[in-house]
Amino acid sequence: MMILLELFISFFLVAFVSFGGASAVIPELYRIAVIEHGWMAERTFTELFAIAQAAPGPNVLIVTLIGQQVSGWQGAFFATLGMCLPMSLLVGLLFKHWDKLQHWRGRAAIQLGVAPLAVGLVLASGTLIAHSASPGLIGILLVLVTIVLNLKTKLHPLWLILLGGVLGLSGLV
Amino acid sequence: MPVPQTFDSATKPTPTPAELFRGFSRVGLSGFGGVLPWARRLLVETEGWLTAEEFNVLLGLCQFLPGPNVVNLAVAVGVRFCGWRGAVAGALGLMLGPFLVALMLGVLYEHYGELPAVQSMLHGITLVGAGLIIATGIRMGLNVKHRRVYLPFAAVAFVGIALLQWPLPTVMLGGAALTIALSWWRLSQDAKA
Repeated sequence: MMILLELFISFFLVAFVSFGGASAVIPELYRIAVIEHGWMAERTFTELFAIAQAAPGPNVLIVTLIGQQVSGWQGAFFATLGMCLPMSLLVGLLFKHWDKLQHWRGRAAIQLGVAPLAVGLVLASGTLIAHSASPGLIGILLVLVTIVLNLKTKLHPLWLILLGGVLGLSGLV
Repeated sequence: MPVPQTFDSATKPTPTPAELFRGFSRVGLSGFGGVLPWARRLLVETEGWLTAEEFNVLLGLCQFLPGPNVVNLAVAVGVRFCGWRGAVAGALGLMLGPFLVALMLGVLYEHYGELPAVQSMLHGITLVGAGLIIATGIRMGLNVKHRRVYLPFAAVAFVGIALLQWPLPTVMLGGAALTIALSWWRLSQDAKA
């Protein structure tokens, strides 16, 4: 019971700083799950990240998987709910007034100001995840190739994930 | 891929909660590495519940707030058409399928996660996943307006979190106070000019 509440509250709080979505707060999720609560080893966290990437659906599934590792399907439910609930409520409340805010200077100021921080957060997330996998030379190359292919081609990300899985299985990375 | 139709606002259909649930459940399970393009396809092209412009306005609200953007979007669309019942239907439709798939994968992981083959496969996927996130970050960075003014803050946030291990909430909230004050000031300068 306590653990479900703990999961809910932890992710409820993360939701308030997750500008840029779940991908932006991976370092914070890591801090909560591995360092603060010791719910799992670093390797488990990294592997759950990989599973979330390979699964269909929103990026927030990493939170679902963390919750499940800690406390089964109920843990998964309360962790996911915690992450999704605060802003869902705010969206519901703000929705009616959004049109009126169209010309409010604060709205433009917040959008302009928050965007670059989200960029920094997302880039830091990707870098830290890559680092935690302690890649060799070929591994680093795979990260770089993924970045270039994703930016420069319309190749579906699923193919890249498949490539990663195959290269991993073959022991090359 | 179906040919995109255009709907004008007079003939636009209004979804029921059940239709919202079904629509968003297709979106949730289609999306690998980003669900938003699929949501747009459903809302604007396939079903024609929203015009492209309405979609952009709603998306603006969802990106304005922190949290999982696409969940916010499902809630916003649901509220718009069917009040809180629509919000629940949309969000539940979006999340239920992926949630169950994730649970299944999680159970498989508990049973087979120790196998060396599984670990090497996940290791490869982790690296690709990291690359995909970095690519997303770069794309977001290219979309930032007034890059010379604002991208240095992205760099500081990156260095603070990735290298100096500053606590993320502090970086985000402290940084936001600073950057929002700056953009507010710049906007009022523009207004005066």
